[in-house]
Amino acid sequence: MNLSSHLPILIVVIPLIAAFMNPLIGWRQRKFCNPLAVIAVSASFCIALLIARTVITTGRISYHMGGWAPPWGIELAVDHLSAFMCVTITFVSLLAIVYSKNYVEKELAEEKMVPYYTLLLLLIVAMLGIVVTGDMFNLYIIVEMLSLAAYALVAMSEEKRAYVAAYKYLLLGFTGAIFILLGTAYLYIITGTLNMADLSVRIQPWYGSWVVFVALALLMVGFGIKTALFPLHTWLPDAHSIAPSSISAVLSGLVIKTGAYCIIRTLFTVFQPRFVIEVMPVTSALSWIAAIAILVGSLFAISQTDLKWMLAYSSVAHIGFIVLGVGLATGYGTTGGILHIFNHSMAKGCLFLCAGAIIYKTGIRNIYDLAGLGDKMPVTMAAFTIAAFSMVGIPPTAGFISKFYLGLGALEQGTWAGWVFAGVILLGSLLTAVFYIRVVNNVYFGERKRREEIEKDEAPLGMLIPIVILAGGCLIFGIFPKIPLALAEPAARLLLGI
Amino acid sequence: MEPVYSIRPVLAIAVSLACAFLIVLTGEKRRNLREFWTLAASVLGCTIVVSMFPHIYHGGEYIFTMVSIVPGVGLDFRVDAFGMFFAFLSSFLWIFTSIYSIGYMRALKEHAQTRYYFAFAACIASAVGIAFAGNLLTLFIFYEMLTMSAFPLVIHEETPEALYAGKKYLAYTLSGGALVLLGMAIAYTLAGTLTFTSHGFLAGHGSAQMLKILFAIFIMGFGVKAAIIPLHSWLPSAMVAPTPVSALLHAVAVVNAGIFGIVRVVCSVYGIELVASLGLGLPLAIVASITIIVGSLFALAQDNLKLMLAYSTVSQLSYIILGAALLSPSALSGGVVHIAHQGFMKITLFFCAGAILVQTGKRNMSEMNGIGRKMPLTMMGFTMCAFGMIGTPPMCGFITKWYLGLGALEAGHPIFIVVLLASALLNAAYYLPPVYNAFFKEPDASLKGKEASWWLLAPILVCAAISLMLGIIPTTSYMPLQLARTFLGIGGM
Repeated sequence: MNLSSHLPILIVVIPLIAAFMNPLIGWRQRKFCNPLAVIAVSASFCIALLIARTVITTGRISYHMGGWAPPWGIELAVDHLSAFMCVTITFVSLLAIVYSKNYVEKELAEEKMVPYYTLLLLLIVAMLGIVVTGDMFNLYIIVEMLSLAAYALVAMSEEKRAYVAAYKYLLLGFTGAIFILLGTAYLYIITGTLNMADLSVRIQPWYGSWVVFVALALLMVGFGIKTALFPLHTWLPDAHSIAPSSISAVLSGLVIKTGAYCIIRTLFTVFQPRFVIEVMPVTSALSWIAAIAILVGSLFAISQTDLKWMLAYSSVAHIGFIVLGVGLATGYGTTGGILHIFNHSMAKGCLFLCAGAIIYKTGIRNIYDLAGLGDKMPVTMAAFTIAAFSMVGIPPTAGFISKFYLGLGALEQGTWAGWVFAGVILLGSLLTAVFYIRVVNNVYFGERKRREEIEKDEAPLGMLIPIVILAGGCLIFGIFPKIPLALAEPAARLLLGI
Repeated sequence: MEPVYSIRPVLAIAVSLACAFLIVLTGEKRRNLREFWTLAASVLGCTIVVSMFPHIYHGGEYIFTMVSIVPGVGLDFRVDAFGMFFAFLSSFLWIFTSIYSIGYMRALKEHAQTRYYFAFAACIASAVGIAFAGNLLTLFIFYEMLTMSAFPLVIHEETPEALYAGKKYLAYTLSGGALVLLGMAIAYTLAGTLTFTSHGFLAGHGSAQMLKILFAIFIMGFGVKAAIIPLHSWLPSAMVAPTPVSALLHAVAVVNAGIFGIVRVVCSVYGIELVASLGLGLPLAIVASITIIVGSLFALAQDNLKLMLAYSTVSQLSYIILGAALLSPSALSGGVVHIAHQGFMKITLFFCAGAILVQTGKRNMSEMNGIGRKMPLTMMGFTMCAFGMIGTPPMCGFITKWYLGLGALEAGHPIFIVVLLASALLNAAYYLPPVYNAFFKEPDASLKGKEASWWLLAPILVCAAISLMLGIIPTTSYMPLQLARTFLGIGGM
């Protein structure tokens, strides 16, 4: 076996090793923490690209841990969806780490720097672990690891309410974990296996049994909490708005998407599309819940005056878009949902990083105090505008492509429900326009002392570069959508078996 | 004729976009260089568009494909006679508007001029993109870009009134855009393609009822920018923008983008035959007629000159929709050619309103008595185009009405001639009093001012002269009327 066949484990292990080396190095010299993390995650990003290429050319990669063949050993299974998630996760978290250097120095106490990088690396390890593993119990363990790292990172914020937010997150997160554990246990009791591929075969005779129904429901609720699907979202606004902005970007951009990933995996890999669409119409139920999430999340976001709270509620709405796309279970719809994972992580990552830059420079959090920032921080605000347009779905940004695919997917269903969903998608994007364009409007044209010369005072380059790259991504992948679609489209078709 | 594969349509868009970024990079400090970029790009862009003219005029097409977005549909450009029409109008009038803008913005010492010129260039790029779009998706992408890039121009003054107008503008146009997107998704689901064809691509797809609903969605979506009553109310509010913006965008480029979309839907998405067989022409014609009459009635009630012109635009735009809705060759050519006629005349009228504002500071017609003696050349241009709006020969407005009237007869609905006549009377009722007052009433003592600078005057006179020329020699080769006939495939070479 040459090195290239070990890619699925390397992508996880490299940042894991870095996470353990981090306290050792940071103990001697704190300033080495950031370069170490950057190097480790860059390596993971390169590996993710290699994995993506391999998956596109040769299809699913199956890696046997320790050489034990599944279902006895633990299998790492990397298909198109996993590869897609790997690239998204490593891309956005790499930029968040680059951004952290300047940000953490100013916004966090000095002694928190080493644990910050250690936990952030563990968070990234856990996200990558979730998307590459092919084992249900393994998945549960890593989801817990992810959550623990996330609770601690939220609590690390210097804000007074950080402990409350982290505690709330922890309470709901653990509840979700119990649901996931129970669901997994139910599946294990009836099938005697935990390997996803094996499970999907062995569970088929049990279709129709109450055990399977309950297991599926438990898993959906558990992952629903982790992904902050309405009405299980209540922890998200606190946690995402109070966490340090670089962490908010990762939490909102990536961590909740891994919950969505688990939902997709459970629905279409562990269970069969036929079962979740027809026998027990989970997908249809999810679509309706997601449609409500889109509207309610947007309405909550409209009523916010704090920039980060607004962004957090917007995430509730956009998780709705993703889950709606998945629940549509049509070729275009699921493609759109998966594509939106990528597009939303870029846009929301960019927005939170911009919010961080604004707080870093001015300390402003209220959206009505932002007037004049368009002259003060032109690059940051231009990036913010592009990302906001992508959230609204204005062409030629990436958000438009996913919105269009979701709309096509809704109509592809050919039912009256599909028409309702298409209407919700459009209404949701109009509501999104209300609160994002309000901010952009305040930034550029808000009331301020006219003619007053505003000094240009940009964020440092280390923070600006990640922001610009993410905003650029929102534009480039809107004009050339074939690049992410090369993975997202086959991923959806393979999952749905069409 | 075989379509020619050429990058020129993209170049025409890229010139304006590049210009927009050069303007931002140059900035307020070097404003002469900044204005040079605008002028250079407008001339260059227009030259590129004109270079495609002969081939298009003889029935040819240019195509260019970029990237695919959904299977079978991507960022495709296709230049046909109708696209040529709109692109030429936008880019040609941009030259005059640029000259006028420089005079206007400097005379009034407006703030944020860099932003103004940047947004203007972006708007023109989007308008040309709309014109050259080869499918509905490409059209929609540029349509939304136009919405967003016109926004900074609407709220340019940054007064509470302007900000309110901006909000209203966005609420209307983004909702319209959402409807177009919905329609587009439905069309794609039905037909599996969005590429414009000369006889429409929807024939044979979907049930008649479905197609009727879809048609209504499209008309409501595009109707926002086309200012169909009752979707028009953003347009009068948007008059708070600087006058050159009202002139080029709110009389020509933005509103005609909506008209362009409607005509595309009728001719290239549905096809005239399908619209006729579904019986959709008549309802659309009735909506257009109501807009024509009610728009004029609103105009009658205005004292603010720009508001009157705005309501006149609402009314005049529906001539074009009426032409498309009557579905007969003469009516269609009359409607399509009115895009150019209305454009040239209305831009002149707005230029005049702006010149009066710059020279005297007056906005209301009741304060403009005797203005013709102070600014004779400006008011001469105004008078010519006011007569054109009423539809008196030899101005080009007459040509439109003549063809629309012929078309109404061909379509077997002579009732619409009554609409045209009633509208002509109403137009006379609100255009003639200001003209009369300007020349035959004694000026108020408060009215000060003299003729505007040549920056402002030259565009007025040239556009007025063109409006006259289009009315005198409409059937000469290369005139808009002939181009419109090429698009409709009824000869004209």
